Amino acid sequence: MNAFFLAFAYLRFHWGRSLVLVLVAALILSVPIISQVLLNGSQKALTERAEETPLVLGRRGSQLDLAMNALYFSDDRAEPVTMADADAIWDSGLALPIPLNTAFETNGARIVGTTLEYFDFRDLEVTRGRQMALLGEAVLGARVAARLDLEPGDTVVSAPQNLFDLDGVYPLELNIVGVLAGTGTADDEAVFVDIKTSWVIAGIGHGHDSVLSPGATQGDIVAAADIVEFNRITQENIDSFHFHGDPASYPVSAILLVPNDTRDATILRGRYLDPENAVQMIVPKDVIGELVGRIFRIKSLLDAVTLIVGAAALAAVGLAVFLTYRLRAREIQTAFKIGARRGMILRLLAAETVILLCFAGMIASGIALAVKSNGSALVSWLLAG
Amino acid sequence: MIRIENLSFSYPGGDFRLEIPRLTLEPGEKVAVVGPSGTGKTTLLNLIAGISVPTSGSVRVDDQTVSDMNDAARRALRAAKIGFVFQDFALLEYLSARENILFPYRIAAGIRIDARARTRAEQLALSCGLEGKLDRRPGALSQGEQQRVALCRALVMNPRLVLADEATGNLDPANKTAILDLMFARSSDHGATLLAVTHDHALLPRFDRVIDFSDFRQSQGGAA
Repeated sequence: MNAFFLAFAYLRFHWGRSLVLVLVAALILSVPIISQVLLNGSQKALTERAEETPLVLGRRGSQLDLAMNALYFSDDRAEPVTMADADAIWDSGLALPIPLNTAFETNGARIVGTTLEYFDFRDLEVTRGRQMALLGEAVLGARVAARLDLEPGDTVVSAPQNLFDLDGVYPLELNIVGVLAGTGTADDEAVFVDIKTSWVIAGIGHGHDSVLSPGATQGDIVAAADIVEFNRITQENIDSFHFHGDPASYPVSAILLVPNDTRDATILRGRYLDPENAVQMIVPKDVIGELVGRIFRIKSLLDAVTLIVGAAALAAVGLAVFLTYRLRAREIQTAFKIGARRGMILRLLAAETVILLCFAGMIASGIALAVKSNGSALVSWLLAG
Repeated sequence: MIRIENLSFSYPGGDFRLEIPRLTLEPGEKVAVVGPSGTGKTTLLNLIAGISVPTSGSVRVDDQTVSDMNDAARRALRAAKIGFVFQDFALLEYLSARENILFPYRIAAGIRIDARARTRAEQLALSCGLEGKLDRRPGALSQGEQQRVALCRALVMNPRLVLADEATGNLDPANKTAILDLMFARSSDHGATLLAVTHDHALLPRFDRVIDFSDFRQSQGGAA
């Protein structure tokens, strides 16, 4: 008790030094806990979502990039496929195709152009407002809505693709009509729009002023540079929006496929085995399973590195404590001269170490709890990055 | 109180050698030790306190042969029967004056700080003029006040022997006199023997006896 009293008094008096030691020790203790929490969360999030997604169609290239983009809307995107590929699946009758266009973003959130089937497929429910129904409407994931403090009735503007491209497509203002219930998945971080709205953002579809002068006939069409092109879809101008080109050529980043049964899934996979085919079909569970295996191999390496760094840091902390005892030689000598019992100095050292570790443990626990309680958000952020 | 016979001490590998054929201090006696630096005055205090062990001969304190004791017994003897006052006060900067006075309780084996100990510490502090200063740390006290705290620490366990190693060496003349007065008065209050190393010859007449280490002779009645 006396050793703890003296140790605590010393540590409190030298609070700056003590704080540094506590923080260093807390960090050493936190790193393995944080990495374990995040890895477990990542593994769960990765495998669950992959197992819920039977097949994904996309441009041939990295299977992992395709899976990460289709499942987590990550930045890694291959060249898009076209709606013709989705139509081919639809025409085969073997699976339900759900197109995804993830080419755009707003305020750091991915804009996901898709169809209403996606919400049924992922069991996504609108908790506030309503489901999107018109061109230019958006439904927000729970965390995006909370982070940007947005509600139905508000608007968000798609991020410009290139600030220096004067000839490029203008950003589109999206009307928020609903907010989804939180699911702890990548859907919470997405802004969902109809796939046609995503094509408007891409500039494939647009609306503008009439090019006919009042009273003029079709033969008098005059287009001029000052014709206003709308970047907001309203009830007044929605009818002026139209698309150019063949709808089958419109881009989609990936297509989720929901086969009718295992047999249809097998048939579908067989149709896309040809390596010369520009389109590939992947089984996310297999791709993600391989990734998880690699992550855990890396984790074992990370654990070893953490162990080495932790040992080095603890040695540094031990050295710091030892050096303070050298600085306290006079105090120790005084204690010895006035009759300190044998081992008192060791007890003091132990008491100081225990107190430091207790505080470090409390801070590390706090960090671990904070990471754990925000684990799903952190994991979503890590996976989407 | 102290009886030294045929004492011989030398540091391993060193040229220094201290030899004291015979030295006695009676209970309650106030004795000064003087002499040039390096003649072994502090070594004598260490030998009496059992901090150093003589090469030969014996040191007895309060009828206990210190030179025959093991380390734990010597520590226990120091904690229970000997109070130390140092030239540089040797207070702990991170403890209040009150906790510095109680420090011997914190480090001694088998002794607890109870209400009596706290009361005793406060009474000692008051008798040494430290009223209102007990909650201050040493850094907030003057040198004279710090030495008063150190004196209270030396006396708090009610020792039979007080060893003062140039206890007034760092003090101004006014504080020297005041601290010496307190040391004499409080030692007398507790019937303690006082053995003080000093370089200040002006203080010598106040001691019962002076031991001159320059030729190691003992003189009575304050004459060096």
